Amino acid sequence: MPPKRKNHSAIRVEEVGMEVDAVSDSGSEDEARRRAQNRRAKPQRKAKKVSEDDEDDEDEAPRKKGRRKKTKPQDSDEGDEEDKRSVKRKTSRKKAKEESDEESEEDKKKRRKQGTAGSKKDQEEQNKEKGNVKGKQGKDKGGEKDKKKKNGKISSSSSSSSSSSGSDEESLSEGEMEALKEQVEEKKKLIATLRNKPWRMKRRLVLLKEAQEFVEKFEGALGKGKGRKLYAYKVMMAKKLIKFKRDFENFKTACIPWEQKIKEVESHFGSSVASYFIFLRWMYGLNMVLFGLMFGLVVLPEIIMGLPYGSIPRKTVPREEQETAMDFSVLNDFGGYIKYSFLFYGYFNNNRRIGLLQFRLPLSYLLVGVGIFGYSLMVVIRTMARNANEGGDGAEEGEFTFSWKMFTSWDYLIGNPETADNKYASITTSFKESILDEQENQKDENIHLRRFLRVLANFLIMCSLGGSGYLIYFVVKRSQDFAKMEKENLSWLEKNEVEFVMSLLGLVCPPLFETIAELEDYHPRIALKWQLGRIFALFLGNLYTFLFALFDEVNEKLETEKSIKNATDWAFEQYYTNYSSHYNTTDVPPPNVHPADVLRGPCWEDAVGIGFVKLIVSDMQVTYLTILIGDFARAVIVRFLNYCWCWDLEAGFPSYGEFDISGNVLGLIFNQGMIWMGAFYAPGLVGLNVLRLLSSMYYQCWAVMCCNVPHERVFKASRSNNFYMGLLLLVLFLSLLPVVYTIMTVSPSFDCGPFSGQGKMYDVIMETIEQDLPPFLANIFTYATNPGLILPAVLLMVLAIYYLNAVSKGYQNANLDLKKKMKMARDEEKNRRNNKDSTNEVMKDLEDLLPNKSLIPPPVEEEPPPDVIVDKGAKSPKIKPGAAARGVNLQKDVSLAAPNPRAPVTRAPGPRRGPPGNARSPQPGPGRGRGRGRGGHPSR
Amino acid sequence: MGNKQTIFTAQQLDSYQDCTYFTRKEILRLFDRYRDLAPQLVPLDYTCQPDVKLPYELIGSMPELKDNPFRQRIAEVFSDDGEGNMTLDDFLDMFSVLSEMAPRDLKAYYAFKIYDFNNDDFLCKSDLEKTLNKLTRNELTEDEVRMVCEKVIDESDLDNDGRLSLEDFQTMIVRAPDFLSTFHIRI
Repeated sequence: MPPKRKNHSAIRVEEVGMEVDAVSDSGSEDEARRRAQNRRAKPQRKAKKVSEDDEDDEDEAPRKKGRRKKTKPQDSDEGDEEDKRSVKRKTSRKKAKEESDEESEEDKKKRRKQGTAGSKKDQEEQNKEKGNVKGKQGKDKGGEKDKKKKNGKISSSSSSSSSSSGSDEESLSEGEMEALKEQVEEKKKLIATLRNKPWRMKRRLVLLKEAQEFVEKFEGALGKGKGRKLYAYKVMMAKKLIKFKRDFENFKTACIPWEQKIKEVESHFGSSVASYFIFLRWMYGLNMVLFGLMFGLVVLPEIIMGLPYGSIPRKTVPREEQETAMDFSVLNDFGGYIKYSFLFYGYFNNNRRIGLLQFRLPLSYLLVGVGIFGYSLMVVIRTMARNANEGGDGAEEGEFTFSWKMFTSWDYLIGNPETADNKYASITTSFKESILDEQENQKDENIHLRRFLRVLANFLIMCSLGGSGYLIYFVVKRSQDFAKMEKENLSWLEKNEVEFVMSLLGLVCPPLFETIAELEDYHPRIALKWQLGRIFALFLGNLYTFLFALFDEVNEKLETEKSIKNATDWAFEQYYTNYSSHYNTTDVPPPNVHPADVLRGPCWEDAVGIGFVKLIVSDMQVTYLTILIGDFARAVIVRFLNYCWCWDLEAGFPSYGEFDISGNVLGLIFNQGMIWMGAFYAPGLVGLNVLRLLSSMYYQCWAVMCCNVPHERVFKASRSNNFYMGLLLLVLFLSLLPVVYTIMTVSPSFDCGPFSGQGKMYDVIMETIEQDLPPFLANIFTYATNPGLILPAVLLMVLAIYYLNAVSKGYQNANLDLKKKMKMARDEEKNRRNNKDSTNEVMKDLEDLLPNKSLIPPPVEEEPPPDVIVDKGAKSPKIKPGAAARGVNLQKDVSLAAPNPRAPVTRAPGPRRGPPGNARSPQPGPGRGRGRGRGGHPSR
Repeated sequence: MGNKQTIFTAQQLDSYQDCTYFTRKEILRLFDRYRDLAPQLVPLDYTCQPDVKLPYELIGSMPELKDNPFRQRIAEVFSDDGEGNMTLDDFLDMFSVLSEMAPRDLKAYYAFKIYDFNNDDFLCKSDLEKTLNKLTRNELTEDEVRMVCEKVIDESDLDNDGRLSLEDFQTMIVRAPDFLSTFHIRI
């Protein structure tokens, strides 16, 4: 569009300060038309309550008219952008063109008139009309000046004011200052929210530029006197901050990995499968942070500043294990060197401070262990809150069934013909289903049989849940017996029984549940929910049985540990007494025993850590193997055996696998739960998990792309992914419990880990408070941990919860009430319409009963149709004057042009060109609630 | 990225970032995508804002849009001339609205425009029928189509004028659980 660009350049030149008049006059005819349309569109838009800024823009337009006394109707880019935006609103270009001449003529006249009248008054009046309460009054000059810059309105006539404003700039009064400040703020807001406006890019760019220039120009002028420097500094800092934020954003997006991979999956499988990968990526990010915390604050300091390997018993492989410590079988069980490495709790020393930095490792260990939970909680809850905002607020089920189906069922992500085909099919089916449902709402069936079957199914599932729980408990118990036996006598199966059984259960039970669920005959969506709930219960049950069994083991270990501790103490005592009696001195050197030979306890923390690590690893192995066999091998067989098989393998029985979204997500969630639980006992677990997530991202992406087919029907389990987030939160909470329990109550091993020697792990904090903090702080802490203070606090929280709960219930009720009212109003109106069409029997009867005058006055009823007709008619390029005349109502005339006597109008107004005031003022038509003022022509 | 810098000036990039939901990397990537559609047409230097438009045939053949039943509408709505021929600005605009970051209201506004086939600012029955037929590839019978359209209007038409206005559409769509996740194209 060459002419427009010309205008652009004109703007720029002018804003620099030169006055170029001639150039900007280009294409005046064309632009006049646009502006005319623009004006026409305004009131309507207002009624549609577009954003505030928008109103602001509109508000300016008439004012300008006041200023521009004798200009040709040369228009701004703003105007023409605006009109483009309102394309849909406009009837059609052709018609607009027809009208344009007339419009521009009117404009000119109007302007002439208004120009003679005091422009200020006019403006204020208009302001009021527009309902704009932005306090723009009393800043005539400043405002005008701004506006010129703001809009880049570069009209040659207003250049006079610009020249005057130039001289005024030095002496801005207080009021002007305020006004200016407001304007600047407004502009800033505009810049910040520009991207949210449904405008064309070109318009946005122009507006942005203007706003920026305006801000640039006037921001500096705002500071005054003493505050000036400070203000300038603040402005500069703000700018820097914005720039920094932008750079940071850029950096952040640059860091987000796998965008392309996910996109590929998305376009192949639609948003539902991709949501798993997005979740996986999110999990990866979370784990990276946890990893950073764990390694940065715990593992690295210990490696760098702590004692090296082999210096103390806990960092040395005991003598009897040393020959086998490097064997693969041992390492595979995380024994040997791995057990005595920084991957596990036992490796860490209990020196209060280590290294040059006097790093408090035990304290840091505890804080990080708890901090991991804190951070995860925060992130999960924040994500949930954000999702809650994004996800629909969930109207009642069934309120918008068809609308939603129609407008949101297509997945814009799909970019693969096959998936698209599936999607079309599934949409069609779902529509047909809904139609069927709608037609025969209740199917009469044998409800007793179904009930019985459902009860039976639930019973079966409870049985299998209980059975799996018992199996795990049994196996863990047995493994403890095995652990006491000689290692060499045990087979691989016996050594890894627990993990094996747990993975197997996780593998077998979900399909079993699915089979049982067939009995219930639920709608697939509901069935999926049940299925998820059951799998969740299974995993949770398994995990907790595992934990309880583990606790038994821990208690046992604590017993043995006690005896060993006694033995060592006794040995020490013996040694000391012997030494002192032998050499007759009280200055006894520590016994010279090689660290590998020292008698040591079983270190239950290590055992727990190893248990979790084993679990994770075996889980990973099973998952990967399942994918390899269940998906890849199946796909290969189906693909290649299909050439020589009796039936069609691809379409028939085995076919290709589908990606099991819910199962995978649940697996991920539980894996994360184990990480949270185990991380305290095995700091290396977080690193392991990062590796696992990384590999599964690539592996599963590959698997899904190469061996799975798009779903035929997708039923999302939930309205938003907050469902899974909620599960994650639950798992997080459940995994928090045992860890905190051990920290607070179980006494740590005496000879391994950072808390050795303490009564409870928690004592590290108390110790720090007592020794390192100033006494008054310590006092505060003591008070704070006093039950007398905690109890009231808990009570207070409970009360707060109760109160908030009550409030939310109240809101809910109010909401329901409003909804009911709305529905009633709708029904009423509908009835009335139907009444008119004589379809509503009851109303018709009523009508017959009632005397004539009590009926709703017919004109009101009559009104909507012409309304519609005008609208429809306006679509055709040629409009008849008659249509407009009919549209004319007895409306109070408050438009800008009110005082102007007009030339007779020969053409119809645009369909939606009500006077601006009408949009808000009550409508004369009593029955019509719609705020569409059909203003008609003011001049009549 | 010395080479890439010359496509846009820093200022242009900044303004684009202000006007869209993209970061500079994404803008450059989008430019590459745009240019890949017709390397011979699109210059590598956008500092002087060349007047380039890609015809709808090219835009519609992008893999992101290729299988979308509404691709023509999308292109029409976002193009300056209303016929699907797009400048780079339009192109950025389109993907900005369809990006993950765009707010619900903006998306709803454009979704409304997309489904408004005859540009009359209302979703009337014919629009709904067209939408439905595109969604189901004309597999529903006429009766079914009519019934579904009636149901839709019945559900969502709050002011009872027999068609959906933007407000009706927005009230309906902001509650839809899947709208944000499906009205979205990743770049």
